Amino acid sequence: MDWELIQESWPVLVAAIPETIMLVISSLALGFVLATLIAVLRLSTNRACWAFAYGYVYIFRSTPLLVQIFLIYYGSGQFRPFFEDIGLWYFLRESWFCAILALTLNTGAYTSEIIRGGIQSVPWGQLEAARACGMSRSLLFRRIIFPVAIRQALPAYGNEIILMVKATSLASTITILEITGEAKRIIAETWSPVEVFIIAGAIYLTLNFIVTRGVQWAEIKLSPQLFRDRPSMVARLFRGAKPDADTAVAVDQQVR
Amino acid sequence: MDLTLLGWGDAGWGDEMFYGALMTLAVASCSYAVGIVIGTGFAAMKLSRLWVLNQIADVYTTVVRGIPELLIIYLVFFGGGAVLRMIAKGVFGYGEFIDLPLFVTGMLCIGVSAGAYATEVIRGAVLAVPIGQIEAARAVGMSKSKRFWRILVPQVARYALPGLGNVWQLTLKETSLISVIGLVEIMRQAAVGAGSTKEPFTFYITAFVLYLGLASISNRGFLRAEAWANRGVRTA
Repeated sequence: MDWELIQESWPVLVAAIPETIMLVISSLALGFVLATLIAVLRLSTNRACWAFAYGYVYIFRSTPLLVQIFLIYYGSGQFRPFFEDIGLWYFLRESWFCAILALTLNTGAYTSEIIRGGIQSVPWGQLEAARACGMSRSLLFRRIIFPVAIRQALPAYGNEIILMVKATSLASTITILEITGEAKRIIAETWSPVEVFIIAGAIYLTLNFIVTRGVQWAEIKLSPQLFRDRPSMVARLFRGAKPDADTAVAVDQQVR
Repeated sequence: MDLTLLGWGDAGWGDEMFYGALMTLAVASCSYAVGIVIGTGFAAMKLSRLWVLNQIADVYTTVVRGIPELLIIYLVFFGGGAVLRMIAKGVFGYGEFIDLPLFVTGMLCIGVSAGAYATEVIRGAVLAVPIGQIEAARAVGMSKSKRFWRILVPQVARYALPGLGNVWQLTLKETSLISVIGLVEIMRQAAVGAGSTKEPFTFYITAFVLYLGLASISNRGFLRAEAWANRGVRTA
């Protein structure tokens, strides 16, 4: 173990954290908007809307993220005159723009399935009851569907955030120096992969640990009644809750 | 976009891309097999009564699922040779530089990552078998191995099938990452073609379609397998 190398490289890798976080947050935010749209199209009764949403989700979930990134970043170069004409080349030549675009399109497909699952999990009786009370469509959505769906979808969305943190590492393949990019650069320079891997791995694990706990905290905050009988909410938060055995089968492992 | 580039034979890249797809399929199948073996082992550890084994398996799944696969690939690719060399030097006194074959490196990286997901799937499937059935089997006097092979294994296989189908899809997609270390599968072949013809879109869209095709076909296969495994199961 080369302690000097560890001392030298950890500030470099820590300095790359904002780049990773910037990629995660911007693509998650844009992706969520896209996903809501796709989920609504998917649940619509219009056949064309449904088919478009279904095709979009199917295609983006069946191909590797790496192909999607390369297709946008390198593939757009083939049509450079065209993109220059319509003024998009200014964006498409930037690697960060291509990375965020690819990550957004990708997470949009996965997240739309999560949102759809959440919306479909709202019990029919609750919708009937709300209608019987005379709620309008938009009020029904705001007061009943959305709050229930969001609680239902939260654990799966937490998974999605972690997958996105991991997925940003692929941005390093198109010259973006986020954590994995910097790690690769140092490894190629020093040829000591173990030390660098330990630091970079620890950073990713810390980020994902924070995400997991943040999502658990949000879950407790959103439905405190479910956790009232537990010995201590805080204790639960920091001990970490194991998923129930019967939900483990249903865990949908989406991967890029 | 010049589609003649994708022709068969010396003039086109069609046959190269096809062999790339075969390589993807080969490396994905081997990684998947490795992943299932690892997954079964760690699932057994997670379900064991020994605290130490539980902890080891927990650390494995947490670490592998929390770290980008690309980073793991760099570790094994750049570090695997050094480790082999150390072993070779210590045990056999052979000091020359050794490189792990690219295929093996890729297979191990993707296999380890698939194994973490497979662990959770198999563990869940074992827990889904009702405990009453095991008790009943014991009550009729089945031996431990008979209980395992006749009661547990057939049901676990059935319960795990959808999850393992997901793991296959992820393995297939993850093999694209091995292209960064130079194994000539779909992605690498597309990059080579794009570099020498200056038509990147043509090649990456071909790669895109190939992955889509592989995923669709195998997805259909898994659905069939599920239908077969669930024949005779009554559902509402």
